Amino acid sequence: MVTAAPAPELLHQPRVSREHPAPRGWRPTWAGHAPGRPVHPLAWWAWALGLAVAVTRTANPLVIGLLLAATVLVVVVRRGDSPWARAFGAYLVLGGVIIAVRVGCYVLVGFKTGGPVLVGLPTIPLPDWAAGISLLGPVHTPGLLAAARGGFRLAALIVCVGAANALANPKRALRCLPASLHHVGTAVVIAVTVTPQLVTSLVRVRRAQRLRGQDRRGPRSVLSCALPVLADALDRSLELAASMDSRGYARSVPGRSGAGITATLLGSLLAAALGTYGLLDGSSPVWLGLPVLAAGALVALSGSVLAGRRVQRTRYRPDPWQLRESVVAGCGVVVALLLVGTLGTDPAGLDPSLSPLTWPSVPPVAVLCALLAALPAALPAAHQGRSR
Amino acid sequence: MIRFEHVSVTYTGETDPVLRDVSTQIGEGELCLVVGPTGSGKSTLLRAACGLVPHFSGGLLAGRVLIGGRDTRDHRPRDLADVVGVVGQDPLAGFVTDSAEEELAYGMEQLGLAPAVMRKRVEEVVDLLGLGALRSRPLADLSGGEQQRVALGAVLTSQPRVLVLDEPTSALDPAAAEEVLAAITRLVHDLGVTVLLAEHRLERVVQYADHMISLRGDGTAVDGLPSDVFGDSAVAPPIVELGRLAGWYPLPLSVRDARRRVAPLRERLARSAAVVPARIVRPGAAVLSVHDLHVQHGRVHAVRGADLDLRAGEVVAVMGRNGSGKSSLLWALQGSGPRSGGTIRITAPSGEVDPAALSAAQARRHVALVPQTPSDLLYLDTVSGECATGDAQADAAPGTTRALLTRIAGPVRPGVHPRDLSEGQRLALVLAIQLAAAPPVVLLDEPTRGLDYAAKRRLTDVLAEVVAGGGAVLLASHDVEFVAGCADRVLILADGEIVADGTAREVLVASPIFAPQVAKVLFPLELLTVEAVRAALGTTP
Repeated sequence: MVTAAPAPELLHQPRVSREHPAPRGWRPTWAGHAPGRPVHPLAWWAWALGLAVAVTRTANPLVIGLLLAATVLVVVVRRGDSPWARAFGAYLVLGGVIIAVRVGCYVLVGFKTGGPVLVGLPTIPLPDWAAGISLLGPVHTPGLLAAARGGFRLAALIVCVGAANALANPKRALRCLPASLHHVGTAVVIAVTVTPQLVTSLVRVRRAQRLRGQDRRGPRSVLSCALPVLADALDRSLELAASMDSRGYARSVPGRSGAGITATLLGSLLAAALGTYGLLDGSSPVWLGLPVLAAGALVALSGSVLAGRRVQRTRYRPDPWQLRESVVAGCGVVVALLLVGTLGTDPAGLDPSLSPLTWPSVPPVAVLCALLAALPAALPAAHQGRSR
Repeated sequence: MIRFEHVSVTYTGETDPVLRDVSTQIGEGELCLVVGPTGSGKSTLLRAACGLVPHFSGGLLAGRVLIGGRDTRDHRPRDLADVVGVVGQDPLAGFVTDSAEEELAYGMEQLGLAPAVMRKRVEEVVDLLGLGALRSRPLADLSGGEQQRVALGAVLTSQPRVLVLDEPTSALDPAAAEEVLAAITRLVHDLGVTVLLAEHRLERVVQYADHMISLRGDGTAVDGLPSDVFGDSAVAPPIVELGRLAGWYPLPLSVRDARRRVAPLRERLARSAAVVPARIVRPGAAVLSVHDLHVQHGRVHAVRGADLDLRAGEVVAVMGRNGSGKSSLLWALQGSGPRSGGTIRITAPSGEVDPAALSAAQARRHVALVPQTPSDLLYLDTVSGECATGDAQADAAPGTTRALLTRIAGPVRPGVHPRDLSEGQRLALVLAIQLAAAPPVVLLDEPTRGLDYAAKRRLTDVLAEVVAGGGAVLLASHDVEFVAGCADRVLILADGEIVADGTAREVLVASPIFAPQVAKVLFPLELLTVEAVRAALGTTP
């Protein structure tokens, strides 16, 4: 006789609407504009993070604009036709919204400093409990420009992250995790894809409930949707978990116990807690600070190696790291270093003054940075194709 | 290869076992078919064979299941992954990665095979199942049949000796189902894979089976050769019913078997006068008129210029391959789906109305739709609660929905949770809720998914009652035998256009894909169902 409890893994998978499947014979071009082997996802992340660092180092809208244009150019040229690549437009929209919100906030409740007045809006005083805040008021040019610039910088940052997402398949990126994190990585990938699946499910259920004549909005209609949507999600999670289980997910190498891993995990956690305490509390002995933290990290690392040995898995056609990858990642890193360096030599060029108001100039190094950032767009495609 | 030794399964919280003392042995290289009414434990039997019962589902398993010599008591499903491959009825729900090639490799990655081996096996499986054109495409963009073949390939790369397939063709149109079944039989014949397969639509698979396990509904099972087991099985495909009616022994399992023996029967039938219509439809007034209907979803032109009249008193079936626009057509007719052009008129006592112009509550009084997943409509925790809310929403007298439900599905315990109902009962509940508003037009999208033969027969009767009351029914279905039994008129949709529109006989008899088994056997006689044959024989002089 055997008894067992239901498996705890709750995992998920996206799904397209079954109501409107694409017709047969309709073949999307999967490789999109970029034939050949895709660039390693981590290379794209390095490139995008380099640009993101560069963007945060400057307030000059022209420099940010140049970097942004380079980013968009690379995405348009290199992205494929995958769902996450199609989502790039959403990041651009989000960027626009951020600028609008930032400027809107300044006009509505922003702290109005001096300077030339652009529009003289009346100030609406608030009651005493909100002293210090006033609605509207005269809009000063420097303040408005500073708000717009801040919003623009934040928007550019978001677009950089979006570019990495559009160019690198997030699932392939997570495949680069070490073996010990493989199971966690799979769970994360699946959890990330839950949201679009929940949205399609919600749309389907709302549509179905309209058939009953339910046309209400408000909390009751949310409740009536929540139950079928969640039940659906749970069913599908269980089905996916069953599929993964029967295909060998989480198979461990026989004869190795997890006791050692638990011990190292506990040890490293303890060391991390003690080390942080030692670091922050000035009266504790010196050895309780950094040395204990470092020891904890070491224990954690060995635990990870131990755990990795229990996982017997291999990778099918891993993405190789070749010259192209180095060039792509290098472009991002060099752009970041160049702008960080320029911050020391020519701070005025990267942060043009708003009072007195001057038209920002473009330092030559910024042009070089933009060209470097756009370089991946011009790379030739490699030909040992994954996609044929 | 697979051995069940006195296996009983009882799920947690249940008093009666789902399987009761089942013992059977499936030899290497056999294709074993598991049949039985809904809820008789087919899935449980299949899941017990791959260790998911009880390791994944919970519950208590008594007895012993051996697969390839391994006992499922001390091997979890993941430890059996190299011996047994499992494919479910919804392949998309089981996909872990997002491109076909990665999906093929996923199982091997988990088993820790060397990269060179993986590379070679992926290429082999791609050639074996003809997946070359699909390998780098996103799984979500594939058609149902293609997805099912990728799912098969994904378990085959681990080179299991047993395949467990739970209704692999239930969501597929007849052509795609053939494609998948051809791949399965090829595996059995050429590679000697043992297959354990459950299916409701026996007409599709019974001819390929070497061995059959019939579950009787009380947890017990009989097994043996298909033609023997069908002698007294509760569920049987039309071809077997025809064989029983004609007194053939051994019972025919394929159209070919039956056609070789049909000559005397056909002569008797040809002499009988009743070969001409069994049911005469008096077309009433049009209750729904559609003119030049177009539906566009983004770049996809799903329905292109459909013209259609639905008359009172007729059941019309829409057929066509997956993605041909059947669902889009139904949703547009209901008024809540998108429509990019054309007119829809419903004749109501108050005059002609366009359902899209009405509020949701008004529209359902004119046209009701039961969608593909009926459970989306249900959200309360008891059947009686759903019935009471249904009455209130339809402005019907209290008890209307409940009475309809009893008429459609027989007695259903009122305190039961709708999710615990069988597929047939859940469909009946949704149908009752929708019929409570007494709409003149009823639309059904794939109503037979998961229904056994008895449930389909009951649905056919219900639809006949609806149209007898002056209504009209339009249903979309892949189920050829069901359509042959219930529809008066059949439309065939291809790429969004109506390419055929005629009586069920005209359209179905000559079609190579949509002809029911009886029509194939008795061709050129125009008889579609066993009932029609029985009626014709009854009047033979």
